[in-house]
This record gives sequence, structure tokens and C-alpha cells, in this order.
Amino acid sequence: MTTIDPDTTADDTVEAPPVDPNAVNITVNGVPHVARKGQLVIEAAADAGEYIPRFCYHERMTSVGKCRMCLVECDTGRGPAVTVSCMVPVAPDMKVDTQSETTKRMQEGVLELLLANHPLDCPVCDKGGECPLQDQTLSNGPGESRYVEEKRHYEKPIAISDIVLLDRERCILCDRCTRFADEVAGDPLIHFNGRGNNTHITTYPDEPFSSYFSGNTVQICPVGALTAKPYRFKARPWDLSQQESTCTTCAVGCRTVVQSSRDEVLRYMGVDSEPVNHGWLCDRGRFNFESVKSPDRVLQPLVRDGDQLQPSSWNAALAAAAALITEATAAGGANSIAVLGGARGSNEDAFAWARLGHEVIGTPNVYAQMGDGLPAGLLGQPRATIDQAAHAATIVLLGPDLKEELPVLYLRLREAAEKRWSRIIEFTPKRTGLSPYAWRTIGYEPGTQVAAVQQALADPAIAAQIASGDVVVVAGRANLAESSAATVAALRELLAAVPSALVLPAFRRGNVVGALQVGMRPRPGGLDTRSTLQAAADGKIECLVLVGADPLADFPDTDLARRGLAGARRIIAVDSFLTASSSLAHVVLAASAYTEKSGTTTNIEGRVSTLARQVTPAGNSRADWMIAGELALALGGDLGYDTVDDITADIATLVDGYAEVTIEALAASTDGVVAGVPSAIDPMNVVPVDLPDRNAYDFRLVVSRTMYDQATGTANSPSLAHLPRGSAVHLHPLDIERVGTTAGTEVKVIGPRATVVFAVVADESVLRGTAWVPFNNPGPNVGDLIDCFAAVNDVRIENI
Amino acid sequence: MSTYTWAAGYVDDGDRPQIVTSRFKYDDGYTLERYHATGGYDGLRAALARTPAEVHDEVKAATVLGRGGAGFPAGTKWGLMPPGKFPRFLVVNGDESEPGTYKDRLLMERDPHQLIEGCLIASYAAGLAQVFLYIRGEMPLAHERVATALNEAYAAGYIGRNILGSQFSVDIVLHWGAGAYVVGEETALIESLEGKRGEPRLKPPFFPAAIGLYGQPTIVNNVETLSNLPWLAVNGAEAYTAIGTATSPGTRMVAVSGHVKRPGVYEIINGTTTFRDLLYGDEFCQGIRDDNELKAFVPGGGSAPWFTPDQLDLPFESKLVGAAGSMLGSGAVMVMDHTTDIPKAALTLVHFYAAESCGQCTPCREGGTWLERIMQRLADGRGSHDDLDQLFEIGQAICPGVFPHAASERVGLEAKPFPFKMTTICFVGPSAYTAVHSAVTLFRDEFEAKIVERRRIPVSIEAVGAH
Amino acid sequence: MSRLNEANVILAKEIIGRYPKARSATIPLLHLSQQQNGYITSEAMVHIGELVGATSAEILGTATFYEMFKFEPVGKYLVNICGTMSCQLLGADELMHHAEARLGVKAGGTTADGLFTLEHAECQAACTEAPNMQVNYRHCHRMTTAAFDQLIDDLAAGRLDGEIPPHGTLARVRQQIPADKAAGVASLDAPAQPAWMPAPEATS
Ligand SMILES: Cc1cc2nc3c(=O)[nH]c(=O)nc-3n(C[C@H](O)[C@H](O)[C@H](O)COP(=O)(O)O)c2cc1C
Ligand code: SF4
Ligand code: SF4
Ligand code: SF4
Ligand code: FES
Ligand code: FES
Repeated sequence: MTTIDPDTTADDTVEAPPVDPNAVNITVNGVPHVARKGQLVIEAAADAGEYIPRFCYHERMTSVGKCRMCLVECDTGRGPAVTVSCMVPVAPDMKVDTQSETTKRMQEGVLELLLANHPLDCPVCDKGGECPLQDQTLSNGPGESRYVEEKRHYEKPIAISDIVLLDRERCILCDRCTRFADEVAGDPLIHFNGRGNNTHITTYPDEPFSSYFSGNTVQICPVGALTAKPYRFKARPWDLSQQESTCTTCAVGCRTVVQSSRDEVLRYMGVDSEPVNHGWLCDRGRFNFESVKSPDRVLQPLVRDGDQLQPSSWNAALAAAAALITEATAAGGANSIAVLGGARGSNEDAFAWARLGHEVIGTPNVYAQMGDGLPAGLLGQPRATIDQAAHAATIVLLGPDLKEELPVLYLRLREAAEKRWSRIIEFTPKRTGLSPYAWRTIGYEPGTQVAAVQQALADPAIAAQIASGDVVVVAGRANLAESSAATVAALRELLAAVPSALVLPAFRRGNVVGALQVGMRPRPGGLDTRSTLQAAADGKIECLVLVGADPLADFPDTDLARRGLAGARRIIAVDSFLTASSSLAHVVLAASAYTEKSGTTTNIEGRVSTLARQVTPAGNSRADWMIAGELALALGGDLGYDTVDDITADIATLVDGYAEVTIEALAASTDGVVAGVPSAIDPMNVVPVDLPDRNAYDFRLVVSRTMYDQATGTANSPSLAHLPRGSAVHLHPLDIERVGTTAGTEVKVIGPRATVVFAVVADESVLRGTAWVPFNNPGPNVGDLIDCFAAVNDVRIENI
Repeated sequence: MSTYTWAAGYVDDGDRPQIVTSRFKYDDGYTLERYHATGGYDGLRAALARTPAEVHDEVKAATVLGRGGAGFPAGTKWGLMPPGKFPRFLVVNGDESEPGTYKDRLLMERDPHQLIEGCLIASYAAGLAQVFLYIRGEMPLAHERVATALNEAYAAGYIGRNILGSQFSVDIVLHWGAGAYVVGEETALIESLEGKRGEPRLKPPFFPAAIGLYGQPTIVNNVETLSNLPWLAVNGAEAYTAIGTATSPGTRMVAVSGHVKRPGVYEIINGTTTFRDLLYGDEFCQGIRDDNELKAFVPGGGSAPWFTPDQLDLPFESKLVGAAGSMLGSGAVMVMDHTTDIPKAALTLVHFYAAESCGQCTPCREGGTWLERIMQRLADGRGSHDDLDQLFEIGQAICPGVFPHAASERVGLEAKPFPFKMTTICFVGPSAYTAVHSAVTLFRDEFEAKIVERRRIPVSIEAVGAH
Repeated sequence: MSRLNEANVILAKEIIGRYPKARSATIPLLHLSQQQNGYITSEAMVHIGELVGATSAEILGTATFYEMFKFEPVGKYLVNICGTMSCQLLGADELMHHAEARLGVKAGGTTADGLFTLEHAECQAACTEAPNMQVNYRHCHRMTTAAFDQLIDDLAAGRLDGEIPPHGTLARVRQQIPADKAAGVASLDAPAQPAWMPAPEATS
């Protein structure tokens, strides 16, 4: 925009404006407007302040032009023409008329026809109050339909999945849910059926819409046809209050809105954050708010009295915890104390706990990883943003199944492959959710990833692809039943071959990146989680502090975790639930949960965004940072924090890479602030382990996570709790034959340490000669078979 | 001997040029033997002797109008494909289902080699990689005849790799539909051929010539359009344009059905033959049955606004017919004599389009059914004056503004020419309204008469009838 | 067993091989399965989905769009009476009434002996020969009530077995593309200038 200086004459301003090749001059209702080349009329009009009503159009999906609500008249020199504004791009000198007589008539007509078969049961409809159809009827509609005929009838809501219900009478056939399922999620399990007036949405009989992303369809349905069980009949939109926040269920950090009524969280909605989630959420992240109000929450501090954990006051519990730490220091020195966890809280929680551990207690043994990721040093590599990954010419995957572990990142990368912006080269011990979209999927047997990478780099086609443009490596831990050494070595190999490559760490747990970056990592000489547990098992840990950590569930080697917890002389747990691990503690400090505390979180790209406190903490629970502060005081120290903002500010001043993450910067941006790559983080130091000889009769174990498992958030959310697929050994069908068994039959899986009985599942995504077992799923525990010190874990499989 | 007939009826004994129906007089016109004996595949040979560009130019010069309904010149359409973008496909539209239309099935059943030869010439001229011949599902005889002809032609080296020893190679794949009128719309045809629901796509932005089958440049041509090419390749554009008029050269097949003495499919001279010739002429239909009076006729398939005797002298020329308020469409004339129950006749068409709506766009899905329900009431004598008004209100939601119709001296109407505005993706929605609009505009008195009749029914009888 | 049988799987693969994308074979394969079983079974749709690489929901979505696919058993003979304009003008209503009376079922119904299913149909591309009907999609032109009766008698007596195969069998002749003559499926991945067209192509 040029401003006209009143002192200059008109002639002075005739200076030719710079010609923007992307600018298209149009008028909207007579007012000149500069639109972008290729922009749809509906978007250009919105920019010009004219909202064109729509039902089927969704800015994150292909336009289909089906509902016909957005018709307007546009004149491109040949007179006003009926124009589908959600499909037609602007043209030079186009005159868009959203108010013309014909436009009005069309909109009224379409609305009346949409209402013809609509039940108009708004008073009992969950969408009532936030329904675009209702709103548009009130603002543009004829008020009522003159339709006096018999309406279409369908059975009232049918469950199309465990979570989602469909009321076909309310459906206006806008194709949003079906398009989402097909185009965005890649799970075309709901579809139009029948024809003409009988068209309706269905799943295939007995094949439910079991998509990890089904909740998005509920959010984008423009009417109340799709509802989610966790929200049905819970509240009316006008009773809800809401705040923007960030999902911390995994480390993608999707932007959300937390909605509550009467101090109870009722719903999460996705917020369209351009660099992160495009409005989408996965179902786990969307629906696990139920766990926040679980009756099993730890509501007050607990102190052990013999076999029992007894409710206690905060003062007594903090004093007891301080006493445990003091005793431990006296018995074994500060180095005999270890703090594990911190990845489930906020940056502020982690920073306060890191300071408590390192400065007040004085131990180097602080770690936020649970032995199931790659070394924290990965965070020191030149980092890619999600957007950079999703637009890279080549995306190299050397890590876990993103669909299971970082679901919305999966959506972003899937889109990149589907839209042909990127080619995916995947190295994996098992086919993943992205394999169908990958340009090359290179399967490797655990332990052999270096050879797989070397071989691939020698392939001229792959080399040419990698040389064709920017490369982003998404790196993480694909297999919990092998040491991370081979993956780190393979990553080094890749980075040496492509020095310009950026890395996106596929770390999974909520705020693990934040916790590691703000300081929850060992100081020199400190122990990582594996060494901590080993030291504890050897009787060398006087006090183990678990900050939202559950090694018995999360640490891959269950035997070591069990021995470590048994060997630790004293255990203090900060937790919202009594987990397998925290119930062994001597003192349990009740922690408040997500949505009960504010602060910031850091996602895999280093993006820091805010967390909203929307409800009061359950019972007497407190935020982790507060607990840290109070424990410091009880120990005679002082972290000096009165509010969470004090810590946020401190992080900006003190933490490597966080200088720009100020409270002001966070308040000013809608998409958060990307922190810099920490410069002083320790290198990826792993001790190489020799690969044992392969016995041809053995199966090499592959263990990885599934989206739904026994995580507390899932297990304590009734809508999700039954969704984990269950523990079983998955084998390639030909291997099932080789073993001489059949799918569904139980077999003995025999490792050097233990024998575990699993049912067999036939699974073509499993490589021959390997056996895959989902981690932390209900049923027999695969962790019993894992030796975390071994390079790989081989097992024998025998019939019973 | 059975009293029902399997073979398609066909009568045309006029002495006129026959471009596409010349083999209909033979019982074995569909065999390769007969085809060879009557100049078969000479057109292909003639084409191969020239460059593809020359053949394309010849088709352009001949202005071979599309016979599927839109009347777009084939040569021009082929030229709309983006240069250099390959592979390109030809999809042959053999989905003939427009009410009143009966010609493509005849061409496939009676002279399949002519169609195949047309496909080959088009593929050669336009550089097409593969041909998909989409035949309506409910035509097993056409399917069998075309399959046999394709098998023969492959064996004889007319289709496949290095055709007749040339560089030219193309496969023709027979594909069949499964019953859905809307699939005849070219973008729906492509969706269907991709294995999906036959829902039309919005044009623009998706013109098949640019983004068609599998996202590639694609020509969709009607069976009759392509069947013109062998004759054209042998006789040349000059001979072709010598028949008919400058804007409507050549011949076209027209099916005349309903209340005429000699219903049939006739190959008429494009642009000059008038409706009067066709309905009353000796070499055509020879008049209205029982010498009744003509009440109305549909000039171009079920989607076309109706004409009355006022329009009899119009020739088969699309501009003139358009100006008169209708269209030539798919070459189908349906004739109604004075005994016709107009509301009932119109109802069959509304019912057709409502039933055949693909259902993706609101005005057609909801409006079509609503129109049908009201028309059913009116036809049954249960309607009201409000119902008549409501029809036009619904029509406004499908086609806002002025809708075309013919002039009528009887009711004192001026013609409203084409085109019209529409809120739907394809023409099925507007077509549902067309018959309603024509019937009620031209014959409102007949609808009103039914409403009056109902008032005369004593209440007691009505009550009894309700049980 | 209502998945495609072995012979039909071979045929299905051959059909799939004619298209640049397997999913294009969906409708032909649905016909094939209807020919095998007389109607489209649930297992067949799952099987077809596997063959063409689509979900069962997508196959169902396609299948239910098209009238010819039946999802429950129908009579050996599907009798379709055209009711569109040209036929209606020349007595389609009477023909339908007569058919209902003769077969003892309403349109949409199947006779108790499972021989006939009667349906109302739309224009059959035979309008000049009105009124029309089809038996398993074989056209019967210029029908009269007497001709209808005789046709039903003949069908019931098996006198037309040679002419009209049971419901599901569409065409008794299939296209064969001999491998040694085939030009081959167009490649979408490696687009090539047609061999017979001079490059660069003369733009027209
Ligand atoms: C609803 C609808 C149905 C149609 N049905 C047919 C049809 O059955 N056969 C046909 O050839 N064209 C049909 N058309 C026209 C096609 O869209 C297309 O214009 C034609 O096949 C192009 O071929 P042509 O240029 O050779 O005429 C239909 C169009 C519409 C809108
Ligand atoms: S269920 Fe909702 S989103 Fe899906 S088509 Fe119907 S109205 Fe649209
Ligand atoms: S992908 Fe991760 S951050 Fe996003 S909604 Fe799911 S769990 Fe939450
Ligand atoms: S007008 Fe009717 S048939 Fe055409 S696309 Fe719309 S709903 Fe489908
Ligand atoms: S919003 Fe444009 S047609 Fe639905
Ligand atoms: S109207 Fe009956 S066949 Fe066309």
C-alpha cells in the first residue's frame, strides 16, 4: 500500500507501482481488491471481507463443488455468469458479485433444498448453536422450507466406528468426511453409497471406520451428522468456554482448542496451524482428555506406611520427600540420586526439575528419555521444521512408524508424497504406515541398517534422487529390541553422504524435546536411563525420583526396570496416576495434568508453543514446577519462581537456543516460536555393539509402539481404553508356515532370559525372519524378552 | 414363430446419402466379411497414407459435429489437447440412454467395424495411446457384436501393434457400464471408467481434453461421431461438406418415436431437413398415427424443451433451434398427438431425471425428487394451484432467471432462446426441470383441468378411496 | 464360496491387465462376479477390492451407484419394462399392469418359483420400437400383452435357454487381446511421444 502524502501534487504520485506477477486485480461487490494469482474466488472474497457461505468447501482439501451453496455471479467481460466460487480461480478484472439478485436467489434456493430433507431437530442436535447450516438458514435462508413431502428416513445414529456415530438424516452429503478419509487420512473406509436421492454415507458392513484420524470428520462435518461418543449430549456450544493450547500427547505438538464447561474439559478441537497440523488431530490426542477427569487420578500426596500408600498433606509429603533425599545424600552422596522423566510436562516443569536435580540436589543423573529413543545428541544436528520435511525433495525415514508414533507428522508427510512434492525413501525393519506412499521402502534386518544405507546410497537412482534437491532425514528409534547404536551409525553414514541434510528427530513423548533441551539430560559423568536402572539394580542408587516416568511400562527391558526399581533404596514419584512404577514409591506427589496448568511445550522441530490452563487441577494436585520449587525449599534451596511466567522468562535468558522464545514473542505469534538448535548438546555418543551371528532358525525381534497402547492417557480414557490391538507375535505368513503353526494359535517365544507365550498374527508387513511384537500392549509382556544391552535380540519360536 | 422380436427394428427406405447407415440393409452388416465387401477399412488405409496432422486437418475441415448432444466439432475438440502431453486416451461414449435416443446401439449392433475403424482413424490423427470403448451395460447384443468385431480386427491386424505394417499402434479395450444414465456425461464417463461412482466433474476446470482419464488428455466422442470418420477418410472433407449446410454439414441419425405412423431411425440431411419433413414426409414417418392432430414434440431427446406445431418448419440446424427455445441434442424426436395426457407424459421425464440424478449436487438431488413428487400429484389429479407455482420456485433454485421455451400461438408466448443459468454441475438437474417447465408453460390448462376435476370428487368418495 | 472362483480370477487378472490403473476394472469385475453368483455378494466385493487395490467401502460405493448390480438374489430372468416417455406414449403402463397380473408380483418383486423378477426400467435405447422391455437385458420390441404372455411361457418352458442366459451373464462373447498383437497398456509413468507422430508435434 502506498500512502499519499498530502503535500505532494497528484502528478508526483503517478509513479508506477511495482508490478507483482502474482497480483490479480478484481472487484468484490464493486470494491477493488488485489487477489493472488490462482486464488479461488471464495478465498479472495473472504480476504476482501465478503464471506461466501459454503458447506462442502474446506481449505485443506480438494474442492469438489458439490453443495452449490457458494455460487455467486462473476463477470469476466462476458456478462455475469454463475460461478462456483470454491472451484473457480480469480481472473484479471473479474467482477465478483456476492449480493446480486441471482446470487441471493441461488443461495436461498440451495438452502431451502438442503433443508427439504433435513430433520431440523436442532434442539436435540449436538451441533445446535455451532451449526453452519443453522447459521446460514438464519442469515441467508428462506426461514423455512415449503417442503411438505415425506422426508428421507434412515435409522438414527449408527456407529461407524468405536468413536464416531453417523446420523444419515442430518447428513447433507457434502463429501467432507469422505474426502478427509480418502484424501487426508488415506483410509477410504467411509464412502458414498447408492445414488441420487438415496445417496448416503456408509462403511462397508463389518469394516468400521477405524481410522486413527476419525475424529477430524466430526470436527469438519458442517452439520450434526457426525458426532463423537466422548462429546455426545455433554454440552451446548454456548455453555463452553475455550482457550488455545497445544497437544502434548506426542511430540508433534498439534495446535488445539480446549473447551470446557463447569470446570470440566469436554472437547479438544484442532486449530489450523500452517506449519504444524493444518487443523488435524489424531484420535488419541483428541479424545484422551477423558483421562484428565478419570476417577483414578492421584488427588493428593501419598506417603508410604508399610505396604500402604496413605493420603497425606502437602507439607508432610514434601517433608518426607526431602527427608528421603537428605538421607540418600548422606548415605551415598548426590551421585547416588537419579531423576528420571520430565517429558510429560511443560518446558517450565522440566526446567524447574532440571535445576532442582542439578543445582539443589547436585546430581548429574537427570534424564528425560526412557531408553526408547535415540541419544539426546540428535538434537544437536541441523534441524528441519515439519514444513521443511514436508516440502523436501527427498524425505529419508530412518525411524519408527510415524503413523503410530507421530500421527499428524504422518499426515503431513503422506500429503507431501501424494501431492508429489517429495519422494520418500524409507529404511525400516517392518513396513510402516508410510510404506504405501514411499518411493522406495528398504527393509533391513535389525542391526544391519548401516549396510542398508550404504547399499542404497550406491544405487544410482537413489543417489540421483538424493542429489535432486533438499533432503530431510526423519530419524528415530524403529526397534526397541535393539540397541540404538546401529541406527545412530546409519544416520552418521547418511549425514556424511549428504552433509546438507537436515534432521527432524522422531522423538515421541509429549515434551521430550523440550525437557532435553531445557536441561533434563545428564551432566558430565551423569547416567542415562539404562545406566541408572543398572546402577539401581546393583544397589548403587539411594534415591530414584520419577517425574511422570514409568520405567516398568516404558523402558524396553522390563527385567532391568524391575530389578532397578527393586534395587533403588528410596523412590519418589511425581505423577497423576498410580502406575506400575509410581505405586512402588515411598512418596507420591500428586501432579496436575494437561489442561490444568499453563506453560509452554517444545515439539520435534523445536517449536515452542503455549499450553492453556482451562480447568482447576484435580483434587490437591499441583504443577510439577511448583512441586520442584517447594521441594527445593524443603531441601533448603530456592528456585525463586512464583509464577510459571518467571520460569518461561528464565528459560529465554538461560537456555541455549531459547533466547527468542520470550513471553512477548509467544504472545505475538499464533504458531509458536521455533527455538534454535542447542549448540552445546553432547554429541551422539553410543558405544557400538557387535552384531551376534545369526542363527537361521531364530527370529530377530522387532518391537515398536502402536498408537493405542497402555499409556496412562489412553488407558484412562474410556473411549480409547479398548482400542489397543493387544500383544501378539506378528509373523510373515510364510514364516508361520515355516514354524508349522497357524494364525491365531499360541506359540512359545523363547529368548535367552525368558519364554513368553503369544498368539500368532499373520502380517505381511513383517520381514521374513523377523518377529514383530507391539510394545506395551495388553497381554503378555514382550519387554521380558528384551535385553537392552544386546545389539539385537533373537528368539526361537516353538509350538506348544 | 414368436410374436416378439429380438433384432432392433429399423426402417429407412429413402433415397438419401448414407454416411453411417449404409450397411444397415444387410443382415450380416456386422461381420468382417460384409465389411470388407463394402469398402471396409479403406478409410484406415487412406488415413495411414497421410500424416496424422493431415488427417486431423481433414476432420477439422469437414466440421464433424459431435452427435452425443453438445454438437461440438470433433476436429476442434481433438485440437484442445495440450501439445506434447502424453499419453492421450480416447473414450468412446456408447452409453446411449437419453430418453428417445436410439442410434448408437444400432451402429454398434449393425456396423461395429465402422465404429472400430473410426476409433483407429481418430487415434492415428490425434496420437492416442489407448482406446476405451464404453458400452452401456444394458446392451449385451451390442457388446457381443463389438467384441466379435474387435477379435476379428485384431486377428486381421487392424488393431494392435504396428497396424497394417505401419508405425501406428493402438489397443482398443471394450469396457461396459452397469446402468446409470448420468455416466453418459463425459466427465462422469471418465470417473466410471476409473472404477468410481459416475459423478460428473465440474467443467471448468476439468476439461477432459486437458485433464481426463487418469489425469491425462482425453477425447470423449460419441459412437455416431466416430462412425462418420471412415466415410470421411475415403471421400474427403469436400464431399462431406457438400451434404447439409455450412454450419451443419453431413447427415445425422434421428430416432422418431411416439405417435407417428412409421416410427424409426432415419439418417437425415443435416441442417436442411425440417421437422415437418421428418414427421409427415413419405420417406420418413408419414404423419401422425390415425391422422390425429399433433399436440407437441420433443425435438432433441428428453432434455430438450418441447416444441408444438408452431415449430414444425424449423430445420435440423442447432442455431435456429436454439433461438427457437430448444436444442437438437442427441437426435431424438418424441411425438405426442392430441390424445396425449400431457402431465403424465411429462411425469415420465421428470421421473427419469430424478431417478438418474447422481446425487452429488443439492439442487438436482433434492430439487429433482421434489419436482417429481409434485408432478406425480398433479398427474394423479391430487395437485393444487400452489403446486403449480411451487414447480417454478423449485425451478428457480435449479435454473435461476429466464428459462428457454418455444413460442406458442395457442397460449400467446414468445420464444425464450438458449442458454440458461444453472446451479448444478451437469445438465441432469436442469433436464428434470425442462419437461416440467415446457409442459406447464405450454399446457397449463391441462394441469389446471386436473386440479378442477379433483374438486368435483365428492368428499365421501375420496374418504372411501383413502382406505 | 462367493469370492471369484479360480477361472474367474484368471479372467479378472487378464481384464485388470488391460488398464493403466487396476481400479478401472472394478465394473467389469463386478459383472464377472454377478455372472458367477447371479448377484453381487459381500465376499465378492471384498475380493474385488483386493484385486483392484481399493477398500471394500470404495467398491460398495461404486457398485451401489449402478442399477444393474443386485445385492440380493433375483429371479433367473430379470424382466425390465421401460416406462420412459416413448414407451409410455405407446402403452407401457398397460404392459406393466399386465405383467404384474400375469406374474402375480408387483414391480420390484420376484415370483415364488424364483424364475422372474419384474422391474420398472428407464429408456432402453429402443424408443422407436415402443413399447419395449428386456429380459436379462435382451431387448423385446413392440410388445403386446399377448407377446408378453408367450414370452413368459417360452421362458418358463426353457424354450429360450439358448438365447437368454440366466441373470448375471451379460455377453457370451468376450474380447480377447492376443498377446502377440497387443500394442500394450499406455504407461502413465513413462510418457512417450507416439511412434507415428512426428516430434515436436505440429500444434493445431
Ligand atoms: C447428462 C448427460 C448425459 C449424456 N449422455 C450421453 C450419451 O449417452 N452418449 C453420448 O454420446 N453423449 C452423452 N452426453 C454428451 C457427452 O457429455 C459428450 O458431450 C459427448 O459424448 C461428446 O461426444 P461428441 O462430441 O462426439 O458428441 C451426455 C451429456 C450429459 C450432460
Ligand atoms: S456426514 Fe457430515 S461431513 Fe460427512 S457428508 Fe454428511 S454432512 Fe458432510
Ligand atoms: S499427532 Fe501428537 S500432538 Fe497431534 S493430536 Fe496426535 S498426539 Fe496430539
Ligand atoms: S446435476 Fe444431478 S446428475 Fe448432474 S452432477 Fe448434479 S446431482 Fe449429479
Ligand atoms: S462450497 Fe462451493 S459448492 Fe460447496
Ligand atoms: S423410452 Fe422406452 S426405450 Fe426409450
